[in-house]
Amino acid sequence: MSTAQPVVGAPVDRVDGPLKVTGAARYAYEHPVRDVAYAVGVLSTIAKGRIVAVDVSAARALDGVLGVLWHENAPRLQTDDAELQVLQSDAVAFCGQFVAVVVAATPQIARHAAALVEVRYVQEPHDVVLSADRSDLDVPPGEDVDSDDGDVEAGRAQASVIVDRTYTTPAEHNNPIEAHATIAIWEGVDRLTLYDSNQGSHNIRDDVADAFGLEGEQVRVISPYVGGAFGSKLFTHAHVVLTAMAARAVQRPVKLELTRRQMFSLVGYRTPTIQRVNLAADDDGRLTAIEHHVVLQVSMLKDLTEDLAARPTRMMYAGPNRRTSHRVARLDLPPPTIMRAPGEAQGSFALESAMDELAIECGIDPVELRIRNEPGTDPDSGLPFSSRGLVECLKQGAERFGWQPRDVAPHGRLEGRWLVGTGVAASAYPAGRGQATATIRAAGGGRYHVQIDASDIGTGAWTVLTQIAADALEVGIDDVTLEIGDSALPRARAAGGSQGTASWGTAIVHATRKLREENASEATADAGDNPYTDQYAMYAHGAQFVEVRVDADTREVRVPRMVGVFAVGRVLNAKTTRSQLLGGMTWGLSMALLEESVLDARYGDCVNDDLAEYHVAVNADVAEIDVGWIDEDDPYVNPMGAKGVGEIGIVGTAAAVANAVHHATGVRVRDLPITLDKLLRAD
Amino acid sequence: MSDVDVALRVNGTEHDLTVDARTTLLDALRDRLGLTGTKKGCDRGQCGACTILVEGRRINSCLALAVAHQGAEILTIEGLATGDDLHPLQRVFVKHDAFQCGYCTPGQICSALALLDEAERGWPSAVTEDLATTAITLDDEEIRERMSGNLCRCAAYVNIVAAIRELAGA
Repeated sequence: MSTAQPVVGAPVDRVDGPLKVTGAARYAYEHPVRDVAYAVGVLSTIAKGRIVAVDVSAARALDGVLGVLWHENAPRLQTDDAELQVLQSDAVAFCGQFVAVVVAATPQIARHAAALVEVRYVQEPHDVVLSADRSDLDVPPGEDVDSDDGDVEAGRAQASVIVDRTYTTPAEHNNPIEAHATIAIWEGVDRLTLYDSNQGSHNIRDDVADAFGLEGEQVRVISPYVGGAFGSKLFTHAHVVLTAMAARAVQRPVKLELTRRQMFSLVGYRTPTIQRVNLAADDDGRLTAIEHHVVLQVSMLKDLTEDLAARPTRMMYAGPNRRTSHRVARLDLPPPTIMRAPGEAQGSFALESAMDELAIECGIDPVELRIRNEPGTDPDSGLPFSSRGLVECLKQGAERFGWQPRDVAPHGRLEGRWLVGTGVAASAYPAGRGQATATIRAAGGGRYHVQIDASDIGTGAWTVLTQIAADALEVGIDDVTLEIGDSALPRARAAGGSQGTASWGTAIVHATRKLREENASEATADAGDNPYTDQYAMYAHGAQFVEVRVDADTREVRVPRMVGVFAVGRVLNAKTTRSQLLGGMTWGLSMALLEESVLDARYGDCVNDDLAEYHVAVNADVAEIDVGWIDEDDPYVNPMGAKGVGEIGIVGTAAAVANAVHHATGVRVRDLPITLDKLLRAD
Repeated sequence: MSDVDVALRVNGTEHDLTVDARTTLLDALRDRLGLTGTKKGCDRGQCGACTILVEGRRINSCLALAVAHQGAEILTIEGLATGDDLHPLQRVFVKHDAFQCGYCTPGQICSALALLDEAERGWPSAVTEDLATTAITLDDEEIRERMSGNLCRCAAYVNIVAAIRELAGA
């Protein structure tokens, strides 16, 4: 065994870097497939009703059109997932739903033909407006939807300060730059290969196999490189099934790439929220009662219970009296999906804004207020934290940022034409792990092959898993050949919930251990359950500091400086970890100031459904971002001691920006995004 | 629709194609020539993922028709490296981790290549204080402004600026 230098922790360059900077990495649409045809979908233009006629004659008459499918001639599917029952009935459940698909020899012809398909509807009244006053708000399915601990009313009765506020966050779209795309290739009627852009090939494989009545092994999903996802590529969406259906119908390989506009109705979005937070505190700012009630939306088609935005409120701060709840409105809108820190992103905006308001009411520095309310054990589960670095993050962050001296009073600092303010917020994100299986094979000469159906959506999994394997095997990273992104590899959970590296890395470490113990040339092992799950509460933490400059006349908001300090256990790759945290913080800035999917209630569609109108942060929106982390040793989360870093960066950031805007202007914006009109209207 | 013959000169190699006249330069590169390094992100000139250089200038290839570029000198990401030898911009993008998923990266790099040339020629940007100057200093603000036509949803902007700055020598 060689004594290779350990590589975990080092700022190793991405092993897939050269492929990506030369354009050689192949994303889903780009795999060369002989004789491939092109599919383009036709989408509903009403939000609710029935299709009464589909005229495909003009489309079919075009040279090069190979087929047109709609609900009357589409093959029957077996799936129970209503979102995946594509072209299965005449019912329209939302605006922008597939109602037909055209397959043609070229993308130009397919696009032309799709525009010639005429669909007539009988429209029914639709219901698309989320409100906290609806009488039909329902308890979403699932566990832990509500919580009620201690005596909130008694806690409030003891309080000397109460902050009772409502915050809202808009719908937002994931918008990875690589559009969702699938290539489907059938061999006979019972073997299907998909090149697909997703966060977990096994997820897609299982759903597609189910839809076509196949065994999982009869479907192979290949996805080595994924051009961003952020949640929208975690679950199977209708276009994947539709592509396979189209390929079967025309008996040729078919590729389908959604247009950017189609991505606004077909691959999910972050649910808007309406959140009421009630914080009660004594003279010293110690919380005597905490309430957080959230209203979300789902589609009539199906439920989604990921965005439990008040869940983090159960563990952030100390206090014996606490109540949280979630209610959903079922609307005639596209199904939402998960989006980077689903729930935590929205919930932390409300809670951390309310903490800032409380700090001002109490006349206590907002960093100090958070430190005073630091819990000893997890208030939610009662368990000790496996590690909790929040206070250290706040202290180190304040130091790095130059938090003090700071006037508590807002609207105090004018530099030239800029009103200057600073804000802070705290972050937490669960450090979980899931199932994964890895196979390691000795290839001779001190070289090893590692196989696992992990997914690198830009997180750095190609690199970090190679590093973990190299250290576990005590070889150099060049001695490890990693294979990921293929459902033919050992099953592993998808990339999501900041659990990828924790799960996949654990499986690799376990497989290495087994290889050693059995002195074998090949070993397969599972990540297994975490034995400490019932003993410790496991979270990553962070503290976000932001400086904003607000134009005194136009109220344009600029963010010249952000500092984030995080407690994420052991950092496995200093380079890619920093990038993930930078990305998350930039998402928080973008969420605070720019992102909003605007609903037109008349039609039930999204008005700003492209990248010119749906604003994401661009290079000029981002200035200095300083990312750091504290030393944190956590032996309980996984054998690497690492917590996921994909989502913690966005948690709290939008609140830190909003708090800084308040500090600069004296205007508290409780409805994201913070646009000029909201700041001007308040004057 | 009518088919049209067009000769495209890409990375120094001439390709004779018969294309549907509606074919964009982007689709000709990706679907017909197999040069999939140039990416499609929005197909309407809003994201910059399809940025390539035509006659040395950066353009969104999704907004260009293939037939309009007969004989033009086209440079795509595949034309930057020499064998395994990465172009200096490709090297600094890897070094500074100026990408995550990598999908916008070819467009970012092509854009950066043109940016360096534009600054060299003294072309001002919206943030250049002195519009009459011919000596552009590529500081962070100039780089950010000039790279804002290329969206990076992974948000590697801070690292993209650092990478370009290393070559800009500012």
